[in-house]
Amino acid sequence: MRWLCLTLMLWAAPALAVQPDEILSDPALEERARAISKNLRCLVCRNENIDDSNAELARDLRLLVRERLVQGDSDVETVDFIVARYGEYVLLTPKAAGSNLILYYAGPAMFLFALLAGGLYLRTRSQTKPEGSDALSEEEKVRLKEIMRE
Amino acid sequence: MIAELGHFALILGFIVSLLQVVVPLVGAAKRWPGWMRFSEPGANVLFLLTGFSFAALTYSFVVSDFSVKLVWMNSHTAKPMLYKISGVWGNHEGSMLLWVLILTLFGAMAAWFGDGLPPTLKARILAVQASITAAFMAFVLFTSNPFLRMDPAAMNGQDLNPLLQDPGLAFHPPFLYLGYVGLSMAFSFAVAALIEGRVDAAWGRWVRPWTLAAWIFLTIGIGLGSWWAYYELGWGGFWFWDPVENASFMPWLIAVALLHSAVVVEKRESLKSWTILLSIIAFGFSLIGAFITRSGIITSVHAFATDPERGVFLLLILAVFVGGALTLFAFRAGVMEAKGVFGVVSRESALVLNNLLLAVSAFIVFVGTIWPLVSELLFDRKLSVGEPWFNASFTPLMVLLGLVLPLGAMLPWKRGKLGRVAKRLTGAFVLAVSVGALVWAIQEERSALGPIGLMLAAWLVAGSATDLLSRGRKGERFARLLRLPRADWGKAVAHAGLGVTIAGISGMLAWQQEDIRVMKYGDSLELAGYTITLNEVKRVQGPNYISTMGDVTLSKGAREIATLTPEKRVYPVAGMPTTEAAIDIGFWRDIYVVVGDPQDNGGWAMRSYFKPLANWIWGGAILMALGGALSLSDRRYRVAAGARKAAIEKVPGVPAE
Repeated sequence: MRWLCLTLMLWAAPALAVQPDEILSDPALEERARAISKNLRCLVCRNENIDDSNAELARDLRLLVRERLVQGDSDVETVDFIVARYGEYVLLTPKAAGSNLILYYAGPAMFLFALLAGGLYLRTRSQTKPEGSDALSEEEKVRLKEIMRE
Repeated sequence: MIAELGHFALILGFIVSLLQVVVPLVGAAKRWPGWMRFSEPGANVLFLLTGFSFAALTYSFVVSDFSVKLVWMNSHTAKPMLYKISGVWGNHEGSMLLWVLILTLFGAMAAWFGDGLPPTLKARILAVQASITAAFMAFVLFTSNPFLRMDPAAMNGQDLNPLLQDPGLAFHPPFLYLGYVGLSMAFSFAVAALIEGRVDAAWGRWVRPWTLAAWIFLTIGIGLGSWWAYYELGWGGFWFWDPVENASFMPWLIAVALLHSAVVVEKRESLKSWTILLSIIAFGFSLIGAFITRSGIITSVHAFATDPERGVFLLLILAVFVGGALTLFAFRAGVMEAKGVFGVVSRESALVLNNLLLAVSAFIVFVGTIWPLVSELLFDRKLSVGEPWFNASFTPLMVLLGLVLPLGAMLPWKRGKLGRVAKRLTGAFVLAVSVGALVWAIQEERSALGPIGLMLAAWLVAGSATDLLSRGRKGERFARLLRLPRADWGKAVAHAGLGVTIAGISGMLAWQQEDIRVMKYGDSLELAGYTITLNEVKRVQGPNYISTMGDVTLSKGAREIATLTPEKRVYPVAGMPTTEAAIDIGFWRDIYVVVGDPQDNGGWAMRSYFKPLANWIWGGAILMALGGALSLSDRRYRVAAGARKAAIEKVPGVPAE
């Protein structure tokens, strides 16, 4: 599934995701770094976050995240720093601002619309008189009269 | 020679498919029995020709005929036979031929098993199916010919992508295609019914087995793909919300909705136009899937043919078929008036809610998948929509679906009382809440994911069991259980399967533990109560690869549980490395070990994971597929075939035109 990412490295032996030498000694900082990494895209891969990626660039980004955190940046500052450098494309959770609001509101809006349409449908279905079952059609009424006359 | 024969058979098939579109359609319109009957041998001939063509390509792979360009590009003499054969569909051209083969297979099956269908409907179904076949045959012949030769022939091939040389992935595409393409049957039934201008209970009954079969294959295909990702990618992810995964997931969601709405058509003659619409959309999503994978327009890790020309052709197929069907739908939808009347609290309403949630969740997946493209085209914003967004947007709907499912599944048709159903489900509810509370109490993390997930899972499994048990009167319940129709069993098993999958996903995501460190020979580490010891790392020569294989002992306390051999493989011909994780599979947890790179100062980078309930994810998928198979084997579908025939002969239904 990630093979295109892998093909980029061709012969290079796969350097697996987070390396032992990258891990920060402070577990709290490391946990923050991992959480941030899960939301950053490996730019040369396809749809893979830097935490899982084997690519060199992902490793650079992981180290960069940790560097910022060690220097005392907050999570938001760290992410902003990377977005400023690499663009919005690096974020796996797109920003809920501007045109992206369409992305965020499309689902809930569709859900409300569907609820409304479904509700209306159910209402008409429950209020409609069953046809055919009890009421006789004109033809049947005529036929019934004929039978009664006989 | 063999390859040319295969190519020739495909050209012949294309011509037959064009005839197969025209003759039965004209026959059905004019009520000429001979012309309508043309469709049956037509479907068989199409299948045989495509089958021959596919066999010819397979033969070229089996004997490693490197004068065929496709074989040269995707095969190698040193490759095991299994992967020589799976190499046929491990590439764009061959997989399209498989796609066409399955299209004709479904057409032929409709001809074989469609005895109960009215002749006009049957002729039209086969004609619509043939029109899809013709379009894809043209696609293969004009843009993706698998039979191209090269001169001079090569001495040996370039080998198949090593990641595809895996038993899980060898069978993943055929199942997926059986599912994708199986939905073309629902599409053909829908379009034929629209042309016919008649949708009734019988139609619902006819279309359901085909949808069910397609859905079973799709479930297995997606499950295999996800399982493969789990053990192959080196860190145990199982779903990435990748565009191509979404491309298979959207038709799956719509197929689930379609299965349920077809029940309403069959039992209550309601939701007709909605069901027709779903049939069209389901196959539409299959086509979108093909387009996404093969056009390269949305960058994805799976895309294996990124060719604009092919993309345009596929887009054209998508536009013609889905656009055409929707136009037809717009003109004919009015004909299909609903008959059934039901209260707001009823099985029908529950199924409407089911359809609503599934359709909206498919819509959300769709929006998320195409948003990067839309955003770049319209707003000039290059961005990504990834896993966190999908998890946050998709999960709430599934939780809602899981909550209402057991209630809806037990509501009676027409009119029901929520209180009465709730009362019968009290036991299941109490059990579910207890499971959730227990999990909350014993887990060390304060995450809500685990307790809520397991509560939902228990609710679904216990709800399904309650549904089955409630079918009999007191005292003879267990005796009656075995005599229940298979469809009832299928329903319960599939719903419980969903619960098991939910348990697996939430358990694994909530409580997985990992350990990344450098280990020297003889070093041990503790992970979730297990001891993992690295004994040594050696080089092993495989048939067409070189492996770096770790020797790891897994033990708990003093007891040795298993010897694990995680590998890193390099395939010299393809020039690509793969990781082969070693997994100790257990009912409650997997232990997952990966060997990494040698370190400068000695030792190896090792990654070890404790993955609770991992196998429940795929176990649930197997249960869902099994439930579908049980339902498919229900005798109602078989017995009713004869009865239908008699009924049709007696009452020559008046088409509503």
